[in-house]
Amino acid sequence: MNTNETVFEIKHLQKQFGDHEVLRDINMTVRRGEVVSIIGASGSGKSTLLRCVNLLETPSDGEILYKGQNIQTGIPSLSRYRAEVGMVFQQFNLFNNMTVLQNCVSPQKLVLGRGNNEALETARHFLKKVGMEQFINAKPRQLSGGQKQRVAIARALSMSPEVILFDEPTSALDPEMVGEVLSVMRSLANEGLTMLVVTHEMSFARDVSNRVVFMDQGVIEEDNSPEVIFNNPEKQRTREFLSRVLGN
Amino acid sequence: MIQFFSDVWDIITKYYPQLLQGVGKTLLLALTGTVIGLIIGILTGILRTAPLSKNLFLRILHKAANGIIAAYVEIFRGTPMMVQAMVIFWGYAFATGGNTLPLTLSGIIIVSINTGAYMAEIVRGGIISIDKGQFEGAAAVGMTHGQTMLHVIIPQLMRNILPSVSNEFVINIKDTSVLNVIGVAELYYMSDIIKRQNFKTFQTYFVVCVIYFIMTFTVTRILRLIEKKLEGKENYTIFGSQSDPDAEIHVEKGA
Ligand SMILES: Nc1ncnc2c1ncn2[C@@H]1O[C@H](COP(=O)(O)OP(=O)(O)O)[C@@H](O)[C@H]1O
Ligand SMILES: [Mg+2]
Repeated sequence: MNTNETVFEIKHLQKQFGDHEVLRDINMTVRRGEVVSIIGASGSGKSTLLRCVNLLETPSDGEILYKGQNIQTGIPSLSRYRAEVGMVFQQFNLFNNMTVLQNCVSPQKLVLGRGNNEALETARHFLKKVGMEQFINAKPRQLSGGQKQRVAIARALSMSPEVILFDEPTSALDPEMVGEVLSVMRSLANEGLTMLVVTHEMSFARDVSNRVVFMDQGVIEEDNSPEVIFNNPEKQRTREFLSRVLGN
Repeated sequence: MIQFFSDVWDIITKYYPQLLQGVGKTLLLALTGTVIGLIIGILTGILRTAPLSKNLFLRILHKAANGIIAAYVEIFRGTPMMVQAMVIFWGYAFATGGNTLPLTLSGIIIVSINTGAYMAEIVRGGIISIDKGQFEGAAAVGMTHGQTMLHVIIPQLMRNILPSVSNEFVINIKDTSVLNVIGVAELYYMSDIIKRQNFKTFQTYFVVCVIYFIMTFTVTRILRLIEKKLEGKENYTIFGSQSDPDAEIHVEKGA
């Protein structure tokens, strides 16, 4: 595996809703195996950036290259692309009508065309990995927030993704459940999964990620190693934001 | 008083074949009308909530279809079914130079189209009320809009709208009585015939009234039971507890 291979190259990405410019001139590169944390105040455009990357939002201008191909014009299938670029949401978004197991099995069959046995085996493997193998027959509404989020991660992993995008995966959780989800994410990071993580968990950003991107009012204000960002940020705004969230 | 009950008894014993035939036709019209109406509702609901295509031609077509559906809903909800029955039945006769469709078929068509207009709104409301996250979760794993509707949205929709659909069925049991204006031999039409033979107007309508009530009451209870069933079980099984891999722990939760 070539760890220097570029997975994403985002060039001059711009997004506006009506007159409201939410992202302006975003440029960044994500290489295979990198864990990039995206931090910044609420409303700074972090979710919109992730949603543009898997085309839940259509970019207004600029381009996003996935392995060198423009995702809007150069990829053969949007479905396949989205299977390769998984997403985990703040609100889990598990299918309410399906059990835990079905949540992980049916997308594999529908999108990847996998057979029943392979899909089941894959789903069981990842449900076990996130510690949810005992709950395969439960419906989402019977689970706690932390359990739901672990199933959502297993569902994304079951698609054999190249990258997973996480949009504040622990923000909707009760404090005592944050740890179980972060520890799953930590182990994925250690195994070399490429991850883009929007987070307010500064310890995760500092200890787990290879790079931290600080966003402010629709621009990337600073893109640096966690050491620099947390110990000696280059930008005044980064410093201000961190002192606000870290409370010192 | 004793005379009244003996009249009622006479009507039941003498005319039960006609009454049963009327009940059968009423239930047939109400049931098929509700089912076909539901199908109309689901199809129009899917169309109206589907994202517009990027292709200009398809986009225009889609918008035109949405406009037609909106007009259909407004018109059929805004006019009495009795008048709709006359317009459709005699309209067909007018358009074909005097031909008429079989009465039962006409009845089914009228009830279906009328119910479809209500179902269209019920289904649209049902789809809109489903959490947007369900669509996004499906899109994010790569499911197409069609797959999302079929495997994620419609199953949840059916559960959500079942009470309204049941309600439409009960309404149809009562409202199919207006089809007597075109001569469909449902229960009310039968009572008209019986009354003309025995001249016991009040007693005849009293019997029919009780029969209508028994039908709606029974159907309501049965549908309630089905709704309860579909609410689903609130318990699930945990497999392989740490100490005993074969153990099944049943967890129950309140609704
Ligand atoms: N679908 C939308 N329509 C209009 N405005 C939006 C939409 N989504 C996000 N916004 C706006 O874009 C800005 C950035 O939002 P978001 O990307 O969610 O920020 P963050 O995730 O950093 O909190 C906010 O001002 C938000 O109100
Ligand atoms: Mg956000």
